Amino acid sequence: MEDLSLHILDIAENSINAGATLIDIVIREQKTQDMLTLEIRDNGTGMDDATVVSTRNPFYTTRTTRRIGLGLPLLEEATRAADGMLEIVSRTGAGTDIRATFRLSHIDRKPLGDMAATIVMLVAGNPDINFTYRHEHESETFTFSTKEIRLKYPGLDFNSPETLSFIRDYIREYTASFS
Amino acid sequence: MPKLKIEDLDKIAVQQQRKMNVREGAGRAKITVHMGTCGIAAGARTIMTAFLQEIETNNVTDVIVTTSACAGLCSREPMATVELVGQAPVKYVDLTDEKARKIFKEHIVAGKFVQAYALSIGSERIQ
Ligand SMILES: Nc1ncnc2c1ncn2[C@@H]1O[C@H](COP(=O)(O)OP(=O)(O)OP(=O)(O)O)[C@@H](O)[C@H]1O
Ligand SMILES: [Mg+2]
Repeated sequence: MEDLSLHILDIAENSINAGATLIDIVIREQKTQDMLTLEIRDNGTGMDDATVVSTRNPFYTTRTTRRIGLGLPLLEEATRAADGMLEIVSRTGAGTDIRATFRLSHIDRKPLGDMAATIVMLVAGNPDINFTYRHEHESETFTFSTKEIRLKYPGLDFNSPETLSFIRDYIREYTASFS
Repeated sequence: MPKLKIEDLDKIAVQQQRKMNVREGAGRAKITVHMGTCGIAAGARTIMTAFLQEIETNNVTDVIVTTSACAGLCSREPMATVELVGQAPVKYVDLTDEKARKIFKEHIVAGKFVQAYALSIGSERIQ
């Protein structure tokens, strides 16, 4: 996986497969602590403790098309390479919270990549899911929420070229100065 | 230049409402890009972006792009399935940005499927 925005897309896809209707993505850049945190929270089916432990192992998956599951092991590897770690907090019926940390300035920390493209892909594929993307960068916070947009524009077609272009440009514009 | 505001969606919402009144049904074609870790690592997002850009630049309004879970054919990712209304779906494999754009022009717009990029029957292998 080339950059962190692709990992985020992949981890959010786990949430979608777990039946989530709400997915919150948070990116926190803390220069003073030299830390970058990614968090993906969902209200999907969740996992019991034994399953959470198994997900660290690539040979664990509940998918039926292939016998290995790579998403979480690859993210864990990316955190380790940059002095960070992967935390998985989940409970059956209560959703899942994936938190990945990195040393911000670490030479092997993957770049963030194109978050606008990641959000556009998630929204296009899952127009009915409520996504929130919050990005804390030094003293600024950028928030994008399809739930808020839906409240303001009931009936808006999220999977239309115009809406998706707007979302892409909007996120690009506000996060252009972020890392 | 002033920044975009969420309120800029006003115009889009009104336009959509107007279109909705004219056309009915979902559209003429559906493109499904397959995800899964292998698909994403192999470039599924680039393929999605290419299709969306083609739709935008060609001003096409009756094609939707969506995603689906991994198709289980990891070695042939990125993959996409193209479905024209009333025709059998075609699975395209080993995609690149250029191949996706070519498929868009030839299959989606002109209606001839691109055999060279299609998954040939019998080559499916589940890992
Ligand atoms: N958000 C989540 N909610 C519920 N279960 C999850 C969640 N994330 C992961 N899991 C469980 O952990 C397993 C392993 O996830 P992982 O992303 O590592 O692999 P995968 O999704 O099975 O396959 P791949 O990511 O390689 O396409 C999943 O099959 C699923 O059972
Ligand atoms: Mg996964």
